Amino acid sequence: MRIALIDYRAGNLTSVKKAFAAIGADLFVPRQPSELADAGAVVVPGVGHFGATETLAVDWTDTIRRGIEAGRPLLGICLGLQWLYEGSAEAPELKGLGLLSGQCYRLPGGSGATSVKVPHVGWNALDIQRPDSIVEGVAPGSQVYFTHSFVAPITDETVAVTVHGQPFAAVVQRGRVAAVQFHPEKSGEVGLTILRNFLRLADS
Amino acid sequence: MLSKRIIACLDVRDGLVVKGINFEGLRSAGDPAELARRYNAEGIDELVILDITATLERRRALADTIRRVARELFIPLAVGGGIHSEDDAAAAVDAGADKVSLNTAALSNPSLVTTLARRYGSQAVVVAIDAKHAGNGFAVYARSGQAAADRDAVEWAREAEDRGAGEILLTSIDRDGTKIGFDCVMNAAVSSAVSIPVIASGGAGTLDHFVDVFTQGRADAALAASIFHYAETSVRSLKEHLQQRGIPVRL
Repeated sequence: MRIALIDYRAGNLTSVKKAFAAIGADLFVPRQPSELADAGAVVVPGVGHFGATETLAVDWTDTIRRGIEAGRPLLGICLGLQWLYEGSAEAPELKGLGLLSGQCYRLPGGSGATSVKVPHVGWNALDIQRPDSIVEGVAPGSQVYFTHSFVAPITDETVAVTVHGQPFAAVVQRGRVAAVQFHPEKSGEVGLTILRNFLRLADS
Repeated sequence: MLSKRIIACLDVRDGLVVKGINFEGLRSAGDPAELARRYNAEGIDELVILDITATLERRRALADTIRRVARELFIPLAVGGGIHSEDDAAAAVDAGADKVSLNTAALSNPSLVTTLARRYGSQAVVVAIDAKHAGNGFAVYARSGQAAADRDAVEWAREAEDRGAGEILLTSIDRDGTKIGFDCVMNAAVSSAVSIPVIASGGAGTLDHFVDVFTQGRADAALAASIFHYAETSVRSLKEHLQQRGIPVRL
């Protein structure tokens, strides 16, 4: 099966491609939406500012949405997770895909004894709330690598939360659409397990 | 809870890992890919490749080293040393670096921090600061500790954050290679002044030095080189020690 990796100029795709290659999946980077026609699954990566999703909105949203409606599996990573919601306070003028309800917001840094640093950078634990296929084989409390300032709200689709000052959605899944706030391509064996789970989801 | 990160630094010259004492007197400590593999197996949280070669062939050799290290590692990899331009940074990123670390180049051309943050995101831009105690402040040095930069570390760290840096790598020139402990005073001063993570570097000699820098030094991460290279301390035993002292780590 062919898996498409969407390049909308939000960060470097090398690490994501390399991690999938290590588990036997050779991702291709489509240059235009028409090339998604024969993709069996789609990966939406992304780091940085929600504003970067503007390119995604213009060029790719309609095709990706139709794919999801037709049952095509999708994995969102970091900004790719946030994009699944209605929007983000980081770029209020833009709309997200709206597949999941709610707006993304900046993690509060707080002050005094309870203060945390924002951005949230480093390894933190997954608290699995609702086991689903994307976290199969991931032990409770497993740590994964995050680097972000904005987070998605906890909804019925939330599979795992992570706490940095307050809890936020770290893993979400709805049917064949899954997304993670952290970077599975930078999260050692736990990250590779999650990518393998996505490959299985895509093959099912 | 967010774990405190343990980062191993590979000082690489001409494709081999070396480690200086007070930035001088280098001795060989091995193959970077082999060391990277060992650290990964032991549970290192992140790796830094610091290129200390200064030849025209540098960039190609560095890219090759990055590629060899990045091929089988799925943890964050930062690259520093000799990154003076957007092209240098692009070569490192294209070879597999997740972050680039700027030191002298950021001091002489601070707008490079912003340029790279816009292109790759702040999470990909580390500003490395080499500093030592001077009066009531901390004097910043450029060119591997050779040239006074006429900047204070706290003020420069704040500016770097404003310009788009995602992390600060703070090295104590006074402590580097001494194994008498991190400079907790300087690290706490910088860490309290910025909201981005501060990685403490320079002076690690014992397990308790790491405890100190994560508590008194308010460090978000600690970087060391020789203490790991010569197998004096394994990453795992360090993390177990930290966990026993109540410091959150990834085990």
